[in-house]
Amino acid sequence: MTEQNMVTLTIDDEKVTVPAGTSVMHAAEKVGIKVPRLCYHPRLSVEGACRVCIVELKGSRNFIASCATPVQEGMEVITTSPSIREARRDIVELILDNHPKECQTCERDGNCELQRLAYAMGVRERHFEGKRKNYDNDLSGAGVIRIPNKCVLCQRCVRVCEEVQGVTALSQTHRGFDTVVMPAFNLPFAESVCTYCGQCINVCPTAAFLEKDSTRALFKAISNPEMTVIAQFAPSVRAAVGEGFGLEPGISMEGQMVTALRKLGVDVVFDTQFSADLTIMEEAHEFIHRLTNGGVLPMITSCSAAWMKYIEQFHPSILANVSTCKSPMSMMSAVTKSFYAKKMNLDPDKIFNVAVMCCTAKKYEAARPELYGDNGKPYTDAVITTREFVWMVKAQGIDFINLKKSEPDSALGFSSGAGAIFGTTGGVMEAALRTAYEKITGESLAEINFNAVRGMKGIKEAEVNIGGNIVKVAVAHGLANAKTLMKQVEEGVSPYHFIEVMGCPGGCIGGGGQPYAGSNSIPLDTAILEKRAQALYNIDEKKVIRKSHENPEIQRLYKEFLGAPLSEVAHKYLHTHYKQHFPQGI
Amino acid sequence: MDVSNKEKFTLSSELIEYIDSCKQQAHFKSFLINVLQRIQDIHGYLPQCLMEETALRLGVPTAKVYGVATFYHMFRLEPQGKHTINICLGTACYVKGAQRVLDAFKSHLNIDIDETTEDLMFTLKAARCVGTCGLAPVVMIDNDVYAKVTPEDVLTIITKYRQS
Repeated sequence: MTEQNMVTLTIDDEKVTVPAGTSVMHAAEKVGIKVPRLCYHPRLSVEGACRVCIVELKGSRNFIASCATPVQEGMEVITTSPSIREARRDIVELILDNHPKECQTCERDGNCELQRLAYAMGVRERHFEGKRKNYDNDLSGAGVIRIPNKCVLCQRCVRVCEEVQGVTALSQTHRGFDTVVMPAFNLPFAESVCTYCGQCINVCPTAAFLEKDSTRALFKAISNPEMTVIAQFAPSVRAAVGEGFGLEPGISMEGQMVTALRKLGVDVVFDTQFSADLTIMEEAHEFIHRLTNGGVLPMITSCSAAWMKYIEQFHPSILANVSTCKSPMSMMSAVTKSFYAKKMNLDPDKIFNVAVMCCTAKKYEAARPELYGDNGKPYTDAVITTREFVWMVKAQGIDFINLKKSEPDSALGFSSGAGAIFGTTGGVMEAALRTAYEKITGESLAEINFNAVRGMKGIKEAEVNIGGNIVKVAVAHGLANAKTLMKQVEEGVSPYHFIEVMGCPGGCIGGGGQPYAGSNSIPLDTAILEKRAQALYNIDEKKVIRKSHENPEIQRLYKEFLGAPLSEVAHKYLHTHYKQHFPQGI
Repeated sequence: MDVSNKEKFTLSSELIEYIDSCKQQAHFKSFLINVLQRIQDIHGYLPQCLMEETALRLGVPTAKVYGVATFYHMFRLEPQGKHTINICLGTACYVKGAQRVLDAFKSHLNIDIDETTEDLMFTLKAARCVGTCGLAPVVMIDNDVYAKVTPEDVLTIITKYRQS
């Protein structure tokens, strides 16, 4: 950085030098001032919508929004005067004026950025009682619901949907007091291009977006003595669930989760990491088959539910590239109601499969008719998010943090390290390569870690030498990154053989159903995602068995039930097909 | 809330040509408003199906197209009547009884301000002074001006348009 590119200004009588182009908000952070803010989010474009981050600028008639004002040489900024404090308080009070007074019955009570902000700004009374918006809730979506009355028009959801996810299901519509965030033509979510990724829930400062509730269905099943409730939980849930109980990010709570599920009344606890191993068995063999038989390449992974809805709507011409493998969740549910039911002499209709997922889109996946069993009913009966699980545990007074650890049930509960890393971006690719390499070459892998596909870079590439053949792979997380790779595939210029896509930033660990950001953190923070990912890599490192095909319970399942990967039985229960969905996305 | 029209249209070949030419330009997304204006010039409003077709053709997400269409007052999302009745409610017209004239139109057409009759013949609108206060109360139907209108004249005026 040269001298000319640096700018010196004064903030609260303190001189600070920052690169040109820095916002006043970020310059203030250098002198220990974190200007209060609401609509600002570091991963999204600057909106300047809420005006909470105003500061005084000497020579300027009005207060300026510090997020949207770049520094200039010689600026004199004051962030802490009495008038600026009062103005910020009034701004927040005016936002509250058009917001329901329902804190105690709101799902985000205690986790709400608006609550925290109102407290911090010193709003202790409500002086303004004016007109309030009154819209119907949109409960049509299988994964995500919309509560427009709680919206404060910060536009974070609109920006995350467009900029991070490339979906643009939402837009600001109408104007002035009548402004509402909604899908095109005010159509219900169920008829929009929404992928149910749930990132709008993650970034929303209030409760304008929520997951569709599945806790009632689960409580009902648990209290029904005729039902055998079988739970599974995703790799990424254990890496984040502790945050819902106030723990630091990055602590695996695997053992406590198993115990807590049993205390909730679940009869059998399996682990989605087991079925992640199963997915790898099928997916790796599918890849080998395509690679050696001139099949459609690049092969693209199919385990992320939001990703599948996205590609069906946005890139329908390349569905033949998508692996026919179901997701680990759906594989597990299909196996419990077939293999396990037979083995334990259970009526499949009396099994209630619940999946604890980091994901809101899995609720949509569970309800997809393509994934129903022969009896015309879904294999997965309910999906609860990590957040819903946290609430259920709290509701039952279970002392989660201090629970004794326990192990999942056998038959479908044992997992390799490869299954664990499924929950982070690059994990599926790494797990698949471990198995594909050994199956193709017949040799044991010398270096088991594929570091090139790890980390939080949006698109990662690697070349792997498998028995003298160079296999080119790519990994994308966040749907906007996936879009870049898919355009190459559509145009026939994709250089890759195998592409992993995860719908959410960071992969499942950054899913739309994960615990809300705590009071000292921000949603989608890369540092938090990295810690969650590390928790999964640590699980992998500590396992003796780190390759899916070496998992003895997987081997037993093939021996007793499936035969071989890609067999007829495997196809019946573990594979599916996709077709174009409307409306078409752009 | 906004979209009741389910009429099916497709973009005309001229519009398709225009959109394709816009796509060649830098910042092609900024041509969205021009495209929507041309659609409204042809149809009198923005049919939902044409907004969808525009979105796909121009490469602007449908939600964005809808956001723009609802932001600007000049865009109409409902079909408009063949004839637009503008009743001046400016001060001069108002004191000369424009409200009673408006009420007569409302009851004869059975619609409110900014609504359209079911047969798509008339859209009723209120204007704020058309600048001919000497003729108050003034009613404009399309480009025809009616001066010193009384409630009793209303049925005759409406009938004239229905029969033409």
